[in-house]
Amino acid sequence: MSNATATPTATAPVETIRIKVDSRDVDVPKMLPNWQGRLEPTTMLQAVQIAGGEVPHYCYHPKLPVAGNCRMCLIEFGTPMMGPDRKPVLNPDGTPKIARSVLPYEPSTPRGAIACATPISAGMELYPSSPATRQMREAVLESLLINHPLDCTICDQAGECKLQEYSVEHGQSASRFVEAKVHKPKAVNLGPRIVLDDERCILCTRCIRFSKDIAGDDALGIVNRGSYNTIAAWKEGAFDNNYTLNTVDLCPVGALTSRDFRFKMRVWFLKETKSVCTSCATGCNITIGSREGVVHRYEPRENDAVNGPWMCDTGRLNYRWIGSEARLREVWVGNKASTWDEANREVRIRLSKAAPGSVAIIASARQTTEELYLLKKLATRLGAITDSIAREGDPDTLLVSADRNPNANGARLTGIAFTEMGIQIPKIASGIASGAIKTLIVFGEDVTQHGIGVDLLGRLETLIVSDILPSQTTQAAHVLLPGCAHAEKRGTFVNAKGRLQKFMKAVEAPGDARPEWEFLHDWVHAVSGRNGFSSIEGLFNQMAREIPAFEGIEWGRVGDLGVTAKI
Amino acid sequence: MPEQYKLILKHADSPGYTPDIECYERHGGYHSLKKALATPPRTLPDGKVQSPQEVIRDEVLKSGLRGRGGAGFSAGLKWSFVDRRSGKPIYLICNADESEPGTFKDRQILHKDPHQLIEGMILSCWANDVNLAYIYIRGEMIQGAKLLNEALKEARAKGYLGKNIVGTGYDLEIHVHRGAGAYICGEETGLIESLEGKRAYPRIKPPYFPAVLGFYMSPTIVNNVETLCHVKHIVAMGSAEYAKLGTPNNTGTRIVSLSGDILKPGYFEIEVGKVTLGQLIFEPNFGGGLRPGRSLKAIIPGGSSSKVLKAGELFKLNRKGADGQMTKVDVPLLELPYDFDSLQGAGTMSGSGAVIVLDDTRSMVDTLANLSAFYAHESCGQCTPCREGSLWLSKGLHRLEQGDGRKADADYLKHIAKNIQGRTICAFGEAASWPVLSFVEKFRDEFEARGAADEAARAKGSGSAKVPHS
Repeated sequence: MSNATATPTATAPVETIRIKVDSRDVDVPKMLPNWQGRLEPTTMLQAVQIAGGEVPHYCYHPKLPVAGNCRMCLIEFGTPMMGPDRKPVLNPDGTPKIARSVLPYEPSTPRGAIACATPISAGMELYPSSPATRQMREAVLESLLINHPLDCTICDQAGECKLQEYSVEHGQSASRFVEAKVHKPKAVNLGPRIVLDDERCILCTRCIRFSKDIAGDDALGIVNRGSYNTIAAWKEGAFDNNYTLNTVDLCPVGALTSRDFRFKMRVWFLKETKSVCTSCATGCNITIGSREGVVHRYEPRENDAVNGPWMCDTGRLNYRWIGSEARLREVWVGNKASTWDEANREVRIRLSKAAPGSVAIIASARQTTEELYLLKKLATRLGAITDSIAREGDPDTLLVSADRNPNANGARLTGIAFTEMGIQIPKIASGIASGAIKTLIVFGEDVTQHGIGVDLLGRLETLIVSDILPSQTTQAAHVLLPGCAHAEKRGTFVNAKGRLQKFMKAVEAPGDARPEWEFLHDWVHAVSGRNGFSSIEGLFNQMAREIPAFEGIEWGRVGDLGVTAKI
Repeated sequence: MPEQYKLILKHADSPGYTPDIECYERHGGYHSLKKALATPPRTLPDGKVQSPQEVIRDEVLKSGLRGRGGAGFSAGLKWSFVDRRSGKPIYLICNADESEPGTFKDRQILHKDPHQLIEGMILSCWANDVNLAYIYIRGEMIQGAKLLNEALKEARAKGYLGKNIVGTGYDLEIHVHRGAGAYICGEETGLIESLEGKRAYPRIKPPYFPAVLGFYMSPTIVNNVETLCHVKHIVAMGSAEYAKLGTPNNTGTRIVSLSGDILKPGYFEIEVGKVTLGQLIFEPNFGGGLRPGRSLKAIIPGGSSSKVLKAGELFKLNRKGADGQMTKVDVPLLELPYDFDSLQGAGTMSGSGAVIVLDDTRSMVDTLANLSAFYAHESCGQCTPCREGSLWLSKGLHRLEQGDGRKADADYLKHIAKNIQGRTICAFGEAASWPVLSFVEKFRDEFEARGAADEAARAKGSGSAKVPHS
C-alpha cells in the first residue's frame, strides 16, 4: 500500500483542532470514524464525549446512519466572528470574539444545532450545559412525553429506559399538557419475535435504520403522518430476519419488546455476567441476565473485534436448554446413581487397565479450550486417538458462521481435532467394530448421531461419557458424569478468526454437575501424576505456556473483549 | 394608480391563447432557447472567457432574480453552489408542489402556459449542464400534470427536448412526477426524498445540501415554477433590462395570489415593490376593497405560514434617502411595498406571494385554529418538536375555539410554538409556529378574552363539558 493512498493508521499523527466545551479548551481529532468506520469530520457530539461530557440523545447511535430526528442532542454553540476582511474579530483582551448562534429572524433567541450531525470547526465553542441547551432538552422531553402513555409500572423497559433516565436528568416534573392524548395500536405483531407498543414509541427510527442498513431487510417503515406516525412492518408479522431482536436493544424506550422476554422479569433483578455465545464460531460477546440461578436473557455485549453491538436471534434465544428439566444431575456408575469419588475411582481403574492404542476420545468443539487441553493430555498419556464432531450450517453476511461449534479452533489448537474436524470418526468406528478400540471417552456429543451407533457402543468394554443432556450415548455409558453449561463455569473459546475469549460463570450447575475441567484435572493427575494447578487461572496459564498459539497470554490479561491468538 | 405588469402572464390570459406549442411559438415561444443555445463564449474585461453556459448563469445572478417559492433566496447564488466537480450528474427539479394555503399562482402557468415553464427549464438545465430534469407537481393538480405531459410530448416532437436539442448536440429529458398529496413535499429535500420513491422526510442540513448531495446524492437544483419562467425572460431581455423591473434587490415581477375578505380575489402580476399592500387590497384594478361596512383587521402577507400583520401597525423600515444614506422611516401597514425586503423588515415575509385579507368579522382564535389544523395535519412527523408540537397547538386552539378555553391559553400556545421554531429539521417548524406566535402576540386581548369568558362560564356551572379531541 502506498503512503499516498493509505488510510491513517494508529501510529500516524492525528490532526486535531482546538475548540471550547463549556469554556474549557479541548483538542479533538479533526476526523473520527463514522458509523461505517469511515473517517468524517468530527461531530459536536463526539467532541463533547472526548471532553468528558455527554450529550443526551435518542435517535443517534454510533453504529447506525445519522437521522437527526429526535432533536434531543440540540446544543447551543458559537463560532469565531469573522470581519469583512475574513479575519477573526478580536475582543479587547485579544481573544477571538465569539458569535453565539441565534435564530436569523429572532436574534435574541439562541439557535441550537444537532450535535449528532453537526461538524466542529476550529475555534468553535460548544455549550452543552448552558441554560439555552438545557431548555431545548426540556422542551424535547416535554414533547416526547405529552402523548406517551406513562405506563412505566407495567413496561418491560423500566430500569433501562432512556425516556425515564433523561426525564430524571433533564426533564420537568410537571406537564402543561391538558389535551387528550393520541392513541395508537398496542401489542402489534411486528414479527415472530417482536411485539410493538406504538404509544410508547418515540419514532427515533433506530429499528428502521438497523433493519434496512445493518440487517439488509427493508421490512420496517413509518405509516400515517405527524403525531399519528406509527412504526409498521410492511405486512403484519413480516419483520422476521435473524437479527430482529437487536431492535429491542436499540429501542431507547419500551416500544419494541422481545416476545421471549417481555413480562418475565424486572431488569434490575437481573445479575449481569459477561459471557460468549455458543451458537457458532463467531463467538459474539454477550451479557447473560440471570436471577436466582435461572438464565432469563442474552444480550449482545459490544466488541468491535467480533460482533460490534449486535448478535443474531438464533444465538440470543439459544439459552433455554441451560435450565432444562432434563439436565443430567447425577453421577452414574454402571446403572446405579453414584458419587464423584466412586466414579473417579472407576475411571482410574478402567483407564489404568487400558492398553495403549485401545482408547479413543471424542471431545466436543463446544467444550472450553482448557477442557480440550486436558483431554488432549489424557489422550497423550493413554496413547488414544482423538477427534471431535464438526457442525456446519449456512453462513450469513453479518455474523453467523458456517461453523456452528463455538470452539472448533480450540479443538484444533489443543490437538484434539485436525483441520478437517471429524476425519477420525470413521476410523474410531471401524476400530470399535474390529475390537481394536475397547475404551471410548465421549464428552458433550451424542456419537450415535455421528456414525457410532448404539450397536457399536455395545461392543465397548468401557464407555465413559460426560454430558449435559441425556442422549442414546449417555444411556449406553458405563460411567456417566454430569457436566456444566458454559454459563455455569469459566473458560475460554477460540473463535473462527482466532480470537481467544473468556467467559464467566453466571449460574450454579444443577444437582451434582461439575465443571468438566475440575474432574478432568483429577483424571490427568491420576494418570500422569502431574498437578500444577488448582484453579481455572492456573490451568489456563499452564496451557498458554504449552500451546504456541497462546504464547505470552495470561488469563488475567485476556480481558473482557478477548485477545487474538496466533493461529 | 399602479398597474399590473404582465411578464409571465403576458399571454396566458389573452383571449384565444391556448396551452399548445403552436400557440406558444406564434407568441415568440422557444425563441429565447434558440438564442441562448447559439450564444457565443464571452470574453470578460480581465481576459477570462466565459462559456455560453456560464454566460447564462452569470446573467441570472446579475438579474437579481430571487426564488418565488417562499424563501426568496437568490436563484443565481443557489446555482453557484452546485458542485460541478463531483463527477456525478447534476439534476434540476422544478418544484410545482404549490400547496401553501392561499397560493394559486404556479397553477396559472401550469394550466395556461406550460411551454413557458418548459422553455425556462430547458434554459436552466442547459446553463447548468443538466441532462435529466423533473417536474414534481402537486398530486391534486391532475389537469396540470396532463397538460405538462402533453406539452413535453410536443416539445420532444419539435426537437426542443430529447437528443440533440435544436441541432446543438445537447440532450435533455424532463419527466413529470405527481406527488401524492402532502404539503411537506414542497420542502426541497422532502421533495427529493419523495422523488426517490421514499417517504417525504426532509433531510438534515448539514450534510444534505441539495447543491452537493441532492437527488440520489448528486448535485441538484430545485427551483419554483415561477422562478424558472423568469429565467426565460432574463435570457430574452438581458439581465440589465430585467433588473430595471421592480426595485433594487427586489427585481422582476411576481404573481400575487390575493384571497380572503376582499371583493375581487384573484392573482395579479406586479413589478416587485412597485405596489403597496394597501393598493393590492383597495385599488379597483386589484382587490377592489373590502365588502361594504367591513373594516380591515389583519393581513397574512405571504402564505399562511407568514406572520400576520395587524391593521394600523407601523413599521420602521430602512430607506435610502436622496443623499444615499440609509435612514429608518415609519411605514404604515397599507403603505408597505409588496417586496421581499420590506415585508422582512416588517417582521414577516412575502413567502409564496399569497396575501390573505381578514376583515373585522373574523375571529382570530377561529382563524388560527383553522390554520393550525392544517399544519398539524401536514407535519410529516419526522422530528419531535414539530410532530408533537403542531398537533398540540391545534388541540389547544380547538379547545379554545370550542368554548373550553383558559385565560392562560395565550401563553400556553406561545410557549408551545416557541419550542418548535428553529429546532426542527426543516422550515415547517417555523411555518407551524409563526402564525401562532404572531396571532397571539398581536391579538392577545382576543385570545385572553375568549379564555376568560370560558372560565367565567365554567365558574357559573354553565361551561361546556371538555370537548374530546384526538
